[in-house]
Amino acid sequence: MTMTIETTAERRPAVETPLRRVLREFTRSKLAVLGLLALAIVILLAILAPAIAPQDPYDLMQLSIMDGRLAPGAGSMDGSMVFTLGTDSQGRDMLSAILYGLRISLLVGFLSAMAAAAVGSALGLIAAYVGGWIESIIMRIVDLQLSFPSILVALMILAFLGKGVTNVVLALVIVEWAAYARTARSGALIERRKEYIEAAECLAIPTWRILFRHLLPNCLPPLIVIATVQIARAITLEATLSFLGLGVPVTEPSLGLLIANGYEYMLSGEYWISFYPGVALLVMIVSINLVGDQLRDVLNPRSQA
Amino acid sequence: MPFWFIKRLFGALLIVFAMTIIVFVGVSVIGNPADILVPPDADQVERLRIVTALGLDQPLWKQYLSFIGNALHGDLGTSFVFGEPALKVILQRMPATFELAFSALILAILFGIPLGLYAGLRPHGLLSRSIMAGSILGFSLPTFWVGLMMIMLFAVQLGWLPSGGRGETVDVLGVRWSFLTADGLRHLILPALNLALFKISLVIRLTRAGVREVMPQEYIKFARAKGLTERRIISVHVLKNILIPIITVIGLEFGSLIAFAVVTETIFAWPGMGKLIIDSINSLDRPMIVAYLVIIVIFFTTINLIVDFLYTVLDPRVRLESGG
Repeated sequence: MTMTIETTAERRPAVETPLRRVLREFTRSKLAVLGLLALAIVILLAILAPAIAPQDPYDLMQLSIMDGRLAPGAGSMDGSMVFTLGTDSQGRDMLSAILYGLRISLLVGFLSAMAAAAVGSALGLIAAYVGGWIESIIMRIVDLQLSFPSILVALMILAFLGKGVTNVVLALVIVEWAAYARTARSGALIERRKEYIEAAECLAIPTWRILFRHLLPNCLPPLIVIATVQIARAITLEATLSFLGLGVPVTEPSLGLLIANGYEYMLSGEYWISFYPGVALLVMIVSINLVGDQLRDVLNPRSQA
Repeated sequence: MPFWFIKRLFGALLIVFAMTIIVFVGVSVIGNPADILVPPDADQVERLRIVTALGLDQPLWKQYLSFIGNALHGDLGTSFVFGEPALKVILQRMPATFELAFSALILAILFGIPLGLYAGLRPHGLLSRSIMAGSILGFSLPTFWVGLMMIMLFAVQLGWLPSGGRGETVDVLGVRWSFLTADGLRHLILPALNLALFKISLVIRLTRAGVREVMPQEYIKFARAKGLTERRIISVHVLKNILIPIITVIGLEFGSLIAFAVVTETIFAWPGMGKLIIDSINSLDRPMIVAYLVIIVIFFTTINLIVDFLYTVLDPRVRLESGG
């Protein structure tokens, strides 16, 4: 079987685009493909949550306190539905709550990672390209930020700003931008000395255009790797903050808050309220990390040896 | 003392000073503490008296100046909730957090280095690959959820270990320690392991990467050619060379252990600084929050300074670069 692949590859040389190369090398790891598949399913479930969830967990009219803290597989009092993963203290179907919780966790994770990527990369590129005192100031702030653990910085910001989805996203962006800035700068420092940048400068192309149309695309691979890792980190951090009671409000429970809600019932053996949201969180984070791990191997020229 | 170190020291002091401003202004933005502290049935006069006594009627910059002045005398304000000096309350809780963080650090080294060494020496073995898969899991598992599951399994289902608290403590030099009693140790195991989980994965990965980098080097081949035992090659030639990055990271990670103790302490009801700050944020105990953050900032700046210093001492190449 390997033989046939080799012969076809020989017959059609030089058709492999960079994207195809990445795809081919990415699929070499079965674990990474599995991770990508799991991630796709999780995202699909989150998007389709309103359509597939057995119940709207935010609609208090649908909940009955009589169904509170039922074990997985139990039916509701009026016999209208079966709670596959049990219910919480409000009589909320855990499966529905998890599907909706996935939405919030993913949304917060993606939003903050993307915003941090935009801010961080822009500042990193500017630092590398402009240099001088602007560079020193940006990089000093980056160093300072990275020397404090992310959870403490986030905790501090949320202590100042208070709860809420927007505040959590803001805190995560402030925590995460520095990693992108550092990566973008180190990439851009190498790229900016190359001839195509010199050529662009000779053509008197505006600086912002050089930065974002010429420099940025060539610094992208390491930034993509950082982004996958940071999405996973953002989701974990959001869950942790929500667990500590400083994250999203009770009206929009993310996975972390669902786990926190189950904390007090766990000592009496009602494990499912905390257990299943955690499993969902775990599947999501592990799959993102598997994809990120493989991406790093594929996109990093140094580790291909 | 070399010039670069004095320069770093100054930089560090500047950072601490800047951070106190940020912290003070930031904390002053959140809710009005008078609303919480003044009893609801108090009249206007009583209310005014409390506000004046706490200095809340002063402009912000005046509040800050008196705060900094007092801070330099070791007075970080009086906790609204405890009615005691904030610094004293924090210092009382500090040993518990340090005990937890140190235990976690020791666990990370004890498990991380041998496992990483093994995975690095036999990178393609089945056991090595399971170790690495386990380390990915250790990175991915949300710490707080693992903590809950540990309680679930070991405290609720099996009943082997207690679910929270510090247990029996022994007074040594006026400080209470858990690790000196059997009961205290039993209370320490779960939280320490929970806190260490992430760090174990980290140390495994670092050690493995270091070993993989060092093994193909000429001097290892030379040591082999000289006929040294495998044991000596690993313990002297390999370990000594990979220890620098590991020490640096462990040093830096000690700070992050203190930070993540916030989560572990909350789960296991461990009475340290981390649980204190969460309680303080929830009760808007402003002096407590400020004091905690100031101490944390000083603490982290010091750690960074020490790591910088150690790094330079251990690796002369760094000294040459920053000396120029």
